[in-house]
Order: sequence, then structure tokens, then C-alpha cells
Amino acid sequence: MTGTVAAPSTEQTAEQTGGRTSAPAHRVEGREKVTGRAHYAYEYPVDEVAYAWAVCADVPHGRVRHVDVDAAMGLPGVLAVLWHGNAPRMASTGDAMQDQLQSDRVHFRGEVVAVVVATTAEQAREVAGLVRVDYATEPHRSVLTEDDPSLYRPEQLNAGIPTTSEMGDPDAAFERSEVRVDEVYRTPGLHNNAMEPHATTAVWTDDRVTLWDSNQGSTPVRDAVCQVFELPRDRVRVVSTHVGGGFGSKGTPRPQVVLAVLAARHVGRPVRMALTRQQMFALVGYRTPTIQRVRLGADRTGRLQVIDHRAVVQTATHQEFAEQVGVATRVMYAARHRRTDHHVAVLDVPIPSWMRAPGECPGMYALESAMDELAVRLGMDPVELRIRNEPATDPERGTPFSSRNLVACLRRGADLVGWADRDPRPRSRREGEWWIGTGVASSTYPAYASPASASATAHPDGGYTVRVNATDIGTGARTALLVLAAEALGAARDRVRILIGDSDLPEAGVAGGSMGTASWGWAVTKVCAALRAELEDRFPDGPAEDLTVQASTEEDLQDRADVTRQAFGAQFATVRVSDVTGEIRLDRMVGVFAAGRIVNPVTARSQFLGGMTMGVGMALLEEGVMDAAFGDYANHDLATYHVPVNADIRDIHVEWIDEHDEQVNPMGTKGIGEIGIVGAAAAVANAVHHATGIRVRSLPVHLEDVASWAR
Amino acid sequence: MRAFEYVRAASVAEAVGALRDDDEAQFLGGGTNLVDLLRLGVARRGRLVDVSGLPLDTVQDGPDGLRIGAAVRNSDLAAHPAVRRDYPALSQALLAGATGQLRNMATTAGNLLQRTRCLYFQDVTKPCNKRVPGSGCPARQGVHRDLAVLGTSEACIATHPSDMAVALAALDATVLTTGPAGDRTLALDDFHRLPGDEPDRDTVLQHGELVTAVQLPPPSPLSSSSVYRKVRDRASFAFAVGSVAAGLVVDGGTVVDVALAFGAVAHRPWRARVAEAALRGGPATAAAFGAALDRELAAATPLPDNAFKVPLIRAVAVAELSRLAGLGTDGGRTEDGA
Repeated sequence: MTGTVAAPSTEQTAEQTGGRTSAPAHRVEGREKVTGRAHYAYEYPVDEVAYAWAVCADVPHGRVRHVDVDAAMGLPGVLAVLWHGNAPRMASTGDAMQDQLQSDRVHFRGEVVAVVVATTAEQAREVAGLVRVDYATEPHRSVLTEDDPSLYRPEQLNAGIPTTSEMGDPDAAFERSEVRVDEVYRTPGLHNNAMEPHATTAVWTDDRVTLWDSNQGSTPVRDAVCQVFELPRDRVRVVSTHVGGGFGSKGTPRPQVVLAVLAARHVGRPVRMALTRQQMFALVGYRTPTIQRVRLGADRTGRLQVIDHRAVVQTATHQEFAEQVGVATRVMYAARHRRTDHHVAVLDVPIPSWMRAPGECPGMYALESAMDELAVRLGMDPVELRIRNEPATDPERGTPFSSRNLVACLRRGADLVGWADRDPRPRSRREGEWWIGTGVASSTYPAYASPASASATAHPDGGYTVRVNATDIGTGARTALLVLAAEALGAARDRVRILIGDSDLPEAGVAGGSMGTASWGWAVTKVCAALRAELEDRFPDGPAEDLTVQASTEEDLQDRADVTRQAFGAQFATVRVSDVTGEIRLDRMVGVFAAGRIVNPVTARSQFLGGMTMGVGMALLEEGVMDAAFGDYANHDLATYHVPVNADIRDIHVEWIDEHDEQVNPMGTKGIGEIGIVGAAAAVANAVHHATGIRVRSLPVHLEDVASWAR
Repeated sequence: MRAFEYVRAASVAEAVGALRDDDEAQFLGGGTNLVDLLRLGVARRGRLVDVSGLPLDTVQDGPDGLRIGAAVRNSDLAAHPAVRRDYPALSQALLAGATGQLRNMATTAGNLLQRTRCLYFQDVTKPCNKRVPGSGCPARQGVHRDLAVLGTSEACIATHPSDMAVALAALDATVLTTGPAGDRTLALDDFHRLPGDEPDRDTVLQHGELVTAVQLPPPSPLSSSSVYRKVRDRASFAFAVGSVAAGLVVDGGTVVDVALAFGAVAHRPWRARVAEAALRGGPATAAAFGAALDRELAAATPLPDNAFKVPLIRAVAVAELSRLAGLGTDGGRTEDGA
């Protein structure tokens, strides 16, 4: 049946994972959310609240000469207009997202140049549109090209990853290779659009400030506010009980955090500030466009001799973000000669930042497209080509994999879609006016973990409270942690209360890098096991009063063996392409993942299929169109920046294979938030090639790229 | 957004009267476009006169055809049995537009009067001749993949975004209005303008003139045969990249009657009268359809990123006419595939 997403088969899942998947748990806060009682950052009831609205630069490069504050102050409801000319000088965190109203420089179109504070949101918005800002405009360059004069090789990439890697002699090996692929792949700017826009409610009480904020980690938000406003930690509290998505764009504070705190202090009232959807396209970080040259050389049996992956990305003039595009290429396939390299262009553009699987996502689009091209040139099945190049150990570091089940994923996926019956010839299958094609790609994402601390309390009534400053950005983290806590305590789930999303709780890392459950869950498991041992030891009949224990995983993390920890997966797409219009529609997608233990099948499935859906968007729809003349992403709303809707996603099937990995963490989890997007776009684009015979190397694939009349 | 006054009109006369002496007032229908434009600052109004509650919300089937009240919701119109039976292109076009939620709100008149979704029109920080006459049109040099290839002017290459209006154009609809200067009946084809040097005027309506109904001529073999095909990047909730409304009556291999209109290619629904004239009385073959389309599209003035709309419209129109003629979508090679 079309129009539906395959329902999860929890029975099958439990069987597949040998009983290691816990019984499915529905979201702890589900009822609160669907009844509207769950408060998000902008919604906390606060008395006497005022509203702040950003005034954004409408020039791409230059200087703010003056803001006409006096004229604006006379308008109804206006409490303050702040700009660098009247805002106090504040300390810098070194992150330009926090340097608000501190300079007259305009680094990109859409940068915040002033803030209007007014009694109502509508007044603030109206005045923000009327404030006269006088600019001295300077020439700008905002379009990424592979020969940009500013290109440089960064000292390191995002997350401290090395910029280059090289083994053997890739150039000579490529020349010697019997079968070669040498192609350039392009991806556009891609924009984070969490359902809940970035928002902060800031309330000062004497010399303390409380923030209700939408973020992926309230600890970094608190720390940034402490730094910028020069406050000790105990005077700043950040509460983030519910967060409506982030994709990476809420990993560190975005401009509204500092601006709301500043505005609230300035007007002496609580202040709410939210970014509009349109503002998000410039202010919250987006995935850089990429230009990637991939060279693959193989012998006639399909064994890779050389993998050479070089990426060009962009960053803003005042802040470097160097996406680690080639990082997945370093672990995917065996080859003696290899190179990955990165160059960054400095442009007058908004600051790029994290977006779901930074690095792996765009990089694997290019690598997995090139692998498909190599398979075609070899006349070899693309699944078989990948299996043939499976490395025994990490191909660059030489370390063993803690576990690696790419081949199992490829085989299972191939079985599910009937891959063995596939006619490999492009443009070989037609139904009515539609050309049908299937494509495959591999997925991977590292299994990270970061230190976390937690506390657990046993109450005399037999209940438990577990505290960890985790953040649930809609992933189901709160529920997964409850499952793990109950399991470690040996308690029924309904006797355990889990407290997260508050910087006053025991410190823990952000919901990023797909490491939430691994990091927080590790601390929760550890502290709950410790509490259970303590109870069994000292209070076998239960404690007379609250008994609390604490734990941190800092040392556990340092003691881990030097192995490569990485999740893998395989994605299969079936598309059809209209011979009349060129329209591309996804009929089916199958994803099989090996990501360690799956804690909660219900929410895990949502994570995988959400990632895959986002990958479909990347393949066919999502495209930040840089307007060269104005220097902004011209299609900055969800009416013109398309993400998939239900009708685009007819049938997605998600499975995971049983994977026991004791070297990742005590729970055996690898993280599932990002791997679903990795490889998805390549699987779709490869399917489009199989359907039409046309290889499009620039995303998204447009109908005019593949229509029969476009040949 | 600017603070505005909101009033609910109790009668047509009251609605028209409310705008007569108030240049800053505007009628409000379902609000699915105007409210967005108010938020964006594209529209700035002192007063909104809500006409969605006026007794203009019925569809009347009579000897003169179908009279569709201006306030009839898009979802109701799409589901109306007479529309589905006698004017299928209209029902298909309505259902191809927006989403269920939006169709439940949007009205017939509001759909006709929605503004272009050109990126520059909707961004008040940039020039746009339609929004601020004389400020310039950055779209020609800028982002224009979705914009017009027919009937453009130096001043404007915006497209009209409606699906419904394209079907109405093909079905020879007329628009009934009332205003300070009295009642008017306008052919839908004359209702929307080409941009010329006044792109700020989407239609020929005068300020304070209220659309009261859309009239369809009595059903005919042509209208009953009509189809609407929308091409879009996303499978739902997306404006057309291009669209075609077509009706065809063939007798003994000869085209007896034909109606053809294109969407998303011009400042108004594009009634393909050149192609229609070329086809009438001629053979109903894919080759003849293609030749007629070529004559129609010879007038196109495409830009680099929207040039593909010309072959796209040709392919879709030929496919739909071929299908209506019983030739299959690609000149008889395959059966119905959609």
C-alpha cells in the first residue's frame, strides 16, 4: 500500500536482536506533548514578559554606520532598541554566534545588527521592520567555486579531525588502475529546520538569570552565558525540558540566547526571543555546500587500488567551520593508496555549522555515488563491489573495528528488496510512462561517547529518581534513559522517574554526534548499578530515607581500548522517473543498520526513518539557492525550501541486525541519530541513474536533469 | 506586522462600502495567502474586511451552467458532484493545490487573487517591481527557475501560482464582480493581466471591487473530457513547476474541439489559443499536437534556469492531448502509466 510507512514489527525486532532489545517503550512525555501541556522554551508562563525581535542586515558585507534608535523609540510598545552603538561590551566566548552587537561589521546578509524589545511580539516585529539602519556597503563574494581565490587548507576540521590523510601513492596508483572513476560531485547549502525554531525566555532575578531555552545541551548554553556576562555558574540556570528538534543547529547557543539575556537585563523584565523560520536560514548554521572530487581506481576484479577524495567547502569570514567531508572515506573500504583532503573558501556567507552527520552525510553521497559509477564501469554488482572491498581492519588507522557488520547489512537489505533479480542495465524497466530504478549505498557513523555524570536516588517508597543533564530533542532520549535506568536498577519502569534538561542537574554532554544514549546512558547505567549494589549491600529491605549515589564516566572513557568504533548500514532505494515530465518519485526505501544494541525499538525506528527521509530530501528536494547578487540563501522558508512531505515517502522499511559490541560502552549501543541520513541520498541518486541512464552529480536531482526531453 | 482593524462584512453592499473610501482596506477570504503576506510585511493594511462569511458560499447548477460562489471553499468545490462529473479538470486542479488544511480554508475568489510566490516579491529586503513599482526586478539575473517563460515583461517575470485558475481558464469561466462602479462580468482569461509595465496589478479589478462568483458555461463534451496535470518537484504541497489543463473532442480522427491552458509559465493562466486554433479541424495525432504546441511556445522568452519549462509544457500537453485522443501518453507506445 502506498501512502503509508510500514508499521514497526517489534516482535520481529526482539527476535532479530536475540532478546537484547528491551521491550518497546512509548515516550514518557508523549501525553504531555500531544495534549499541548509540554512547555517549550517560548511558552513558559512568565509574568510581565517583553518580546525581543532581531533586526537583520540586508547587506552582505560592510559596516553599520548608524541605527536610528530615537525614531524607533517613539513607536508603540517599544521598550528598547539595542545595537552595537549602545549595547554594552561583553566578553567573547570565541564563538561568533555569541558575539552579538559587539561590532559594527556586517559579515553576512541576515546577521543580527539590532534588537527591538517591545511589549508584544507583534509590536517588536513591526518596529524591527521599520528601524532605519545606515550601512556602509562593501563588495561581497558569496558563491562557492572550486577555484575560489580564498581557498586554504584548514589546520584541522570540525571536531578536531585531521584535514588530510594520505597512504601510498594515490596519484601514481590511479594512473596505473585498470578501471577508473574521476568525477566531481556537488551538494548545495542545506538548512537546519527543526520544527521548533530557536527560542529563549530569559528571566533575571536579582543577579541570577534563568533561561528556558531550546537547545541540544543546556550545559554549553549555561557556560556561554556565564562567559559572555561574566557570571559564576551558580547564577545561571538553563532549563530545556522539551526541545522540538535540532539536527545539530542547537548544539551550541545561537544568537537569541545572548540577545534575550542582554535584552532582559536591559529592560528589567523577562524577555522572550524566537527566530523566525526565515531568520533561521542565516542565523542557526547550515550544511556548507560542497564540491567533491572523487577518484577511484580498481583492478578488473573490482579490488580498489586507490581512493582519493578531496572536498571544497565554505566558511564565513569571521568564523571557521571546516566540515569533515572526507572523514567516512577513511574507514569505508580497503585500498592501499588513499588520500582525503579538504579546502575551505572564505566567503561573505552565514556561518555554516553542524547539520545531521556533518562530514559523513555529504561525503558519503560522493563516495557512494562514485562506487556506483565504478560498479557500472566494472560491470559488477554494486553490492558485490562493496563486499569485495571490505577491510579487515580500519584501513587508515590499522586498528581493529570493535564490530563491523556492513556486509551483513548489505546482504540483508539485498534479500529484502530482491536485489538478486535486478537487471543491472540502466533504463531497462518501465511501467507505463515511468522508468523504474533501484540503487544501493552504504552508511556509516562513528560510535562516539563523551563523559557524563549522573545521580540516582532510592526513595523509601520503593521509587527511584535518576538525574542527568541529558536533552531530549524529540529523539526519545528521556525514554531510552528510563529503559536503561530501570534495567540497571532491576526496577519496574513505572517506579523510575528520570530528570533531564536542566543545567542544575549532573553535568553531561550535548545531544550531538549520535552519542546521547551512549554517553548519558553509560552514566545512568553506572550510577543505577552502583545504587542497586549499595541497596543490596546495605538496605536489602529498602532505605529508611532517600539514598543517593553519584557517578561519572570520565575515567571509564579514558580506559577504553584503541579500536575503531563505527556503526554501519546499507540503504536501498526504488524510484520511478516520468518519461513525460522527469518527475522523480520514491517508491520504496529499505535501510538495514548495524548499530549495536537498540535500546528502544519504537523511538529507534523513528530515528532511522527520520534520517532516511532527510536523505531523500537531500537527494531530490532540499537546496539552499545562493543569490549571488544579494549574498543570501534566497529560498528561506519552508514553502520554497522543500523538505519531503508524506506523499514523498510512501514506504520506508527499517531493520537492524543483531550486533553485540562490548567495546563501545557497557550497554553496547552505537548511536542512531545520524546514520540514517548517511548514504541515503546516494542510494536515491544511484536509483535515478539506474532508472534513466542519466548520472546527475549535483544535488538535488531536478526533474529537468533527467527528463527525456532534456537529453 | 502592522496593527490593523478587522471587521466582518454582513452583506455584499457593506463589504463594498467598507472599501469605497478606505485605500488601506482589503477584503479577507480564507487568509491562506494574505495573512502570510501581512506577517512578512509584503502586504500592509489598515483594515481587513472579512468577506468569508458572506452568503456567497454555494454552488448552483443551472441552465447557464455552474455558478460558484466566491466564498466556496476549495475543498468543497473539488468535491462537488457536478464539478467532478462535468468539469473534472477543475476538481483535479483544486486537489492538486496546497494541502487539505489549506483547501479547507481557501476560497474561490481568494484562490484567484493569490499573489505570486516569486522569492523577490516575498522578501521585503529586496527590490521587486510588483511589490514596489520601479524598484527593479532581480529575478532575471537571479533566482528564476520557477518563473515565467510566456508573456513576460522587462519589469516582471512572476507567475500566477493558482492551479484552479488554470482549469477555469481552459473551461471558459467568467468572473462576476460588484463594486462602486457596478457589476461586471469578465472572462477569466481577461481577469488576470500580463505584467507589462504595471506588474503591481495582478488583475483588472479596481480597488473595492468584490468578486462574487465564478460562472462556468453549461457542461459540454469538451468540459467533461477535461483533465489537469500538475508537474511539481515534491509530490504534494508544492506549487507547480508547470501544469496543463486540457480538453479534447475528437471525431473520426479529427479534432472537433480543444481547450488548452498552461500554469506556472506566465503572469496569468496561459490559454493556448494559438495551439487550439492550429489543432481545430486537424488530425488528432501526436505529431499534430507537437506542431501546435511548438507554434504556441514559439512566443516563449525563457531565461537560463527556466528554459526547461518550454519542453516540459510541450511534453505534458502532448501527453495529455494524446491520452485524451486515446493515443496513450507517448504516441501510443504505452498504456496509461500514471
